Amino acid sequence: MSYLTLEKVGKIFGSSSVVSDFDLAVERGEFVSVLGPSGCGKTTVLRMVAGFERPSFGSIRIGGEDVTVQPANRRRIGMVFQAYALFPNMNVRDNVAFGLKVAGMDRRAIAGRVEEMLSLISLGHLAERYPYQLSGGQQQRVALARALAPRPKLLLLDEPLSALDAKIRVSLREDIRRIQRELAITTLFVTHDQEEALSIADRVVVMHRGRADQIASPLEIYNRPATRFVAEFVGTLNLFDAEMAQPGVLRFAGLNVETPMALTCRADEKIVVGLRPETLSLERRTEDDLSVTGTMLSTSFLGAVIRAQIDVDGRVIRLDMLNRGAGRLPPIGETVELRFSKHDLLVLSN
Amino acid sequence: MAEFIERRKETACRASSPMAWKPDWNWLGVVPYLLFAFLFLVLPVLYLVQGALQTPDGRYSLETLMSLSEPQIAGSYWLSIRLSFVSATFGAFFGLILACALVLGGLPSWVRRAFMTFSGVASNFAGVPLAFAFIATLGRLGLATLLLRDVFGINIYAAGFSLFSFWGLAIVYLYFQLPLMVLMVTPALEGLRPQWKEAAESLGAKASQYWLHIGLPILAPSVLGCFLLLFANAFGTLATVYALTSANFPVVPIVLFQQIRGNVLYNPNLGYALALGMILIMAVTNSLYFVLRKRAERWKQ
Amino acid sequence: MKRIAFVPAAVAVVAAIFFLGPLVATFDFSLRMVRGDLTLEAYRSVLSSEVFLGALAFSSAASLAAIVLGALLVVPTAYWVRLKLPRLRSLVEFVSLMPLIIPPVVLVFGFIRVYGSSSVLPLTTSEVGINLLLVIGYVTLSLPYMFRAVDNGLGVIDIVSLTEAAESLGASKLRTIATVIFPNVRSAIVSGAFLTFSISLGEFVITSLLNRPGFGPYMVRVGQDQAYQPAALAIMAFAFTWVCMALMEFFATQRPGTLKVPIRFPKFMRRNVT
Repeated sequence: MSYLTLEKVGKIFGSSSVVSDFDLAVERGEFVSVLGPSGCGKTTVLRMVAGFERPSFGSIRIGGEDVTVQPANRRRIGMVFQAYALFPNMNVRDNVAFGLKVAGMDRRAIAGRVEEMLSLISLGHLAERYPYQLSGGQQQRVALARALAPRPKLLLLDEPLSALDAKIRVSLREDIRRIQRELAITTLFVTHDQEEALSIADRVVVMHRGRADQIASPLEIYNRPATRFVAEFVGTLNLFDAEMAQPGVLRFAGLNVETPMALTCRADEKIVVGLRPETLSLERRTEDDLSVTGTMLSTSFLGAVIRAQIDVDGRVIRLDMLNRGAGRLPPIGETVELRFSKHDLLVLSN
Repeated sequence: MAEFIERRKETACRASSPMAWKPDWNWLGVVPYLLFAFLFLVLPVLYLVQGALQTPDGRYSLETLMSLSEPQIAGSYWLSIRLSFVSATFGAFFGLILACALVLGGLPSWVRRAFMTFSGVASNFAGVPLAFAFIATLGRLGLATLLLRDVFGINIYAAGFSLFSFWGLAIVYLYFQLPLMVLMVTPALEGLRPQWKEAAESLGAKASQYWLHIGLPILAPSVLGCFLLLFANAFGTLATVYALTSANFPVVPIVLFQQIRGNVLYNPNLGYALALGMILIMAVTNSLYFVLRKRAERWKQ
Repeated sequence: MKRIAFVPAAVAVVAAIFFLGPLVATFDFSLRMVRGDLTLEAYRSVLSSEVFLGALAFSSAASLAAIVLGALLVVPTAYWVRLKLPRLRSLVEFVSLMPLIIPPVVLVFGFIRVYGSSSVLPLTTSEVGINLLLVIGYVTLSLPYMFRAVDNGLGVIDIVSLTEAAESLGASKLRTIATVIFPNVRSAIVSGAFLTFSISLGEFVITSLLNRPGFGPYMVRVGQDQAYQPAALAIMAFAFTWVCMALMEFFATQRPGTLKVPIRFPKFMRRNVT
């Protein structure tokens, strides 16, 4: 049995249903991110696990124990908030020690544990500082240490990086992952940033309108999105309207493509196919490549990647090519051939 | 436009060569205001301070200030301080409880709005009319007095209570102190972020532990600051006492009032000393209030 | 959905009784002038009294004068400081708070001494001078609130950019102030004005020590001589304070440009006072 399980969990606020039919099983030591746009219910899921909200339906178990109605202060959960939420009247040391003090640990043991936690986040030298004297990144690391100090069963992170600058966000993200691995603590990480979710987690839950659209590894979420929402929300996607010309044959952009993936669709059903920008190419790569014709609109330089905007039948298609330095870019207005493999097609129901 | 560019040029010049300094006449704009303040705030106070340091025949001496320790005067100060302390303590305590109930108690929003509006009015409803209202309520023939006597069989006047006594005045003061506290402490309560409580809970703290270690320590400077302001507010109250007791209750402002009126012994220097004492008490409480407010604001980030 | 907790509800009820009790009692008392009957006789008796009208007229005039003088003193200063002398802001603000430290009784004592008969500027020796001192006293009493209201109003709009924008479009200084700045802070000024009015109309200490026939001393006299009229006065004063506070609140939260009706406050107020 999984370490953390949510079964058919739902939450109703007033008359609106914020989370419904939410199932999730997290293994011990696993790092799961919950990804979704704002208002999708991801934070509510986290707060139900933490015990700040009581589910309207369903049950939550931690380590085999049903905690659905257990108050937050008995769950032994470490929580990190978006806005740090350090206690402003205590210095760093007292913040980290707080959970140990209320647990009734003896003074000596508390001091030892606090030192241990502070060295884990490499902020031992700031132990006497007050929160208002720390930068955002430092505050959030203290918040992490504070959450971990009482050895919680579960670590919950509610958009912990959203309030920080881009650079610090990345480095703290790596710190969080390193510490999580070191302590092997089961972690739930809520974010609206897909890059963050994909880069940090073992598995990702993509939430949409209170439901989990897909729960899978980052690679699978990106390469095999289960729904159109997941495909569009994660990464960039070019979409084509398509239909089944006949069973096993997909018709779009003037092409008839035989694809095993489309077998489940009925004939004449309106569907959408998607292509990631990096799967498109201006050069022929294999004999089986399919191609459509378009006109170069513009290019933008993104560093490692150059993104081209290409007009195909009045639709703007984005294409990414690696910046290899010497490559020749077609001038704007030139007619180009867009090539792709049929194995890269993402067939999505509407 | 031209002037705008001119000004920019001016600043640029000034930055490059300190020699090209032109007199800056901008300060003239605050002269009327500062002159007013000097003539009608600073000068009168300076005059009184100087008077307090002189004897009636014009010698500089601490004699007059020493007269503050005469039993009658010292008694007035002690009475004023006790009354202000009691009304500020009760005002701060009950005001904090009421504000907590309104901000954190989950009452319907109209209840909260009604109390806030009422507090705004009641905290300004001091002076003579307030005295009248309490005479009609807790006076010898007041509605509450009669109600307690006839319905509950409690004769508060027979039991030694009087509206015109220390505790009677304290109750009257509470009528503007309590709403003032509600108004002043509400922003501090609203500044208590719910995440602090949640963070404490997730770390295993009970509600009582949250309040003991986090909630109250965060509120403490604000509450203490409000208490000081209430103290100063009560200390300066004159009209209410005057209308209630016809100037027969010797708190410091009343004594000074009588001095000025010339109703009692005529020694202007004693009046100066009384005034100086009041200013000192006001200045100390207000300065402490500002220090505490600074401290409270530091935590707000 | 939410259950109302018992303790907060109980606290609110007790507080409501404490707050409303005196008002109910006073109102009840004010209706009992005619034995065995509930009438508005006390109110009629107050309102028809010449002395009442005289005191009210005097105090209203003094309060209005205080509003005008206060606004003339505070508005240009607050504007100028924000525009040209930001470094002086803390000094000016500190000065505006000084009246909170100096009790009125002390202030008026100082007035009488400094501007007494032997002074260089013997204001207390003439009727006009004493009236001027009274108005100045009211201005100082309301200075903290007036300054706060106007300065907050100026803080909401970006004074420096607005002025520079107006000037870059060719507007003169005076025109900028009259057509750009003033309309944007009018609500703040009116808000401060109502507070000033509610503070000074029933003011007792300064009025009484300067021997002026104002409303505060009048009320004290009525309190000493009569039984039911004071209750009626208290109820009217409470209603008056309420109206002033409501209008102050209304104008303080008013956004610039939303004011439809031009303000003519003397008429407006007289209707509320009587």
